Amino acid sequence: MTISHHISDDLLLSYAAGSLAEGWSIAVATHLALCPGCRRRLMVAEGVGGELLETMDEDASIEQSWASVRGRLQQQEPGAPAVAGTSGRSGGLPEPLRSYVGGDFDNLKWRPLGRGAYQIPIKTGDRETMVRLLRIPAGKPVPEHSHGGRELTLVLAGSFHDGTGLFARGDLEDADASLTHQPVATPEADCICLAVTDAPLKFRSWIVRAIQPLLGI
Amino acid sequence: MNTVVSIGVPAWQKRFKTGHSRSVQWHGDLGTADMNRPTGVDDGSDMRELLRAVGARRDIEAYEQLFRHFAPRVKAYMARTGGNGQQAEELMQETMIAVWNKAERYDPAKGAASTWIFAIARNLRIDAFRRERRPEFDPDDPAFVPDDVAAADAELDMREASEQLHHAIAALPAEQASLLKLSFFEDQSHSAIAQRLNLPLGTVKSRMRLAFDKLRAALARSGDVS
Repeated sequence: MTISHHISDDLLLSYAAGSLAEGWSIAVATHLALCPGCRRRLMVAEGVGGELLETMDEDASIEQSWASVRGRLQQQEPGAPAVAGTSGRSGGLPEPLRSYVGGDFDNLKWRPLGRGAYQIPIKTGDRETMVRLLRIPAGKPVPEHSHGGRELTLVLAGSFHDGTGLFARGDLEDADASLTHQPVATPEADCICLAVTDAPLKFRSWIVRAIQPLLGI
Repeated sequence: MNTVVSIGVPAWQKRFKTGHSRSVQWHGDLGTADMNRPTGVDDGSDMRELLRAVGARRDIEAYEQLFRHFAPRVKAYMARTGGNGQQAEELMQETMIAVWNKAERYDPAKGAASTWIFAIARNLRIDAFRRERRPEFDPDDPAFVPDDVAAADAELDMREASEQLHHAIAALPAEQASLLKLSFFEDQSHSAIAQRLNLPLGTVKSRMRLAFDKLRAALARSGDVS
């Protein structure tokens, strides 16, 4: 299995810096679990953080801090052994995604989305993204959806193709609003993918909601 | 593993350092940080060995040296990314205690000591200041696809890579270097940085990409990071 669509530089740097919102980060971290090449790129990006840390201004008065930390280390209880056992399997849903959806491929709670497609909404702490797991029936197109901004799609099982190429397990499609595409699942199997989008603007006022399409927002 | 390889130190600094032992006292050496200053303490390979000593045998003296080097820097990082003085102190202490507790898990093949400590500090900062979790991959997960390079080779590669990275960052044009700093130390998204600098988002992204391209090009010799 060779992954041919990878994490873009700006996502990788933001993830390394710790400034990327949680929703996007789920797609990035799950791709990283499947892609040794991008993990090497992440090491470079985190190395930038390490190098920059070396250049931080120093505060000369750390004697008190040292005394305090040394004291805390001496009082520490021996750490509890790490909780062993994760329910994953090779070729299954990787972490961190598996914990977010609460199971592996064979015990997911799918909700119908119409036309044979299913979804599982995923909750995050950020207000910037909308995250969901999608299951597209073999040979069928992805249900129509609009997004005004960025959309990340990470394939976990099966594959889809659109005008720009074929996407299989581990491939990450990074689409912005300018890309018009109609992804279609390949005929061999259902395609399961993680989709992260900018949360659409939500307006309380029904008047604004009503004219939203006219405003193009 | 007795071969001494200096990481992240220009040749003239290596000469400067010749003869220094790890037990050198540097209490008086905590002045203002300067990228080009021969501190005698920011030799990445020394830090790597100190961290290994903590991980392998709970060496408190090695830990104290790590602490004196990194604690002020981590505190400054915490202060810059959103904390007040006391929060920064607390988060620095949390970070340094995590360094002690997790040192066994430090893998030199995965990068310099500063990189590893940066990652710990970053994660604690996200926990403290943001109402979000930081999703991370789990190398022990059966679904995880393991590295395709032998670990020993990888460590050699990363030693070279750390040194190359150090030079490449120092050689970046100022506008690219300052964007990287903003991104890593101000906890700002690329679009927030663009607003603040009054630049189009596309310009910020392309400068980031240019900077990252240069860093990767500098590393191309030390492994496939394309």
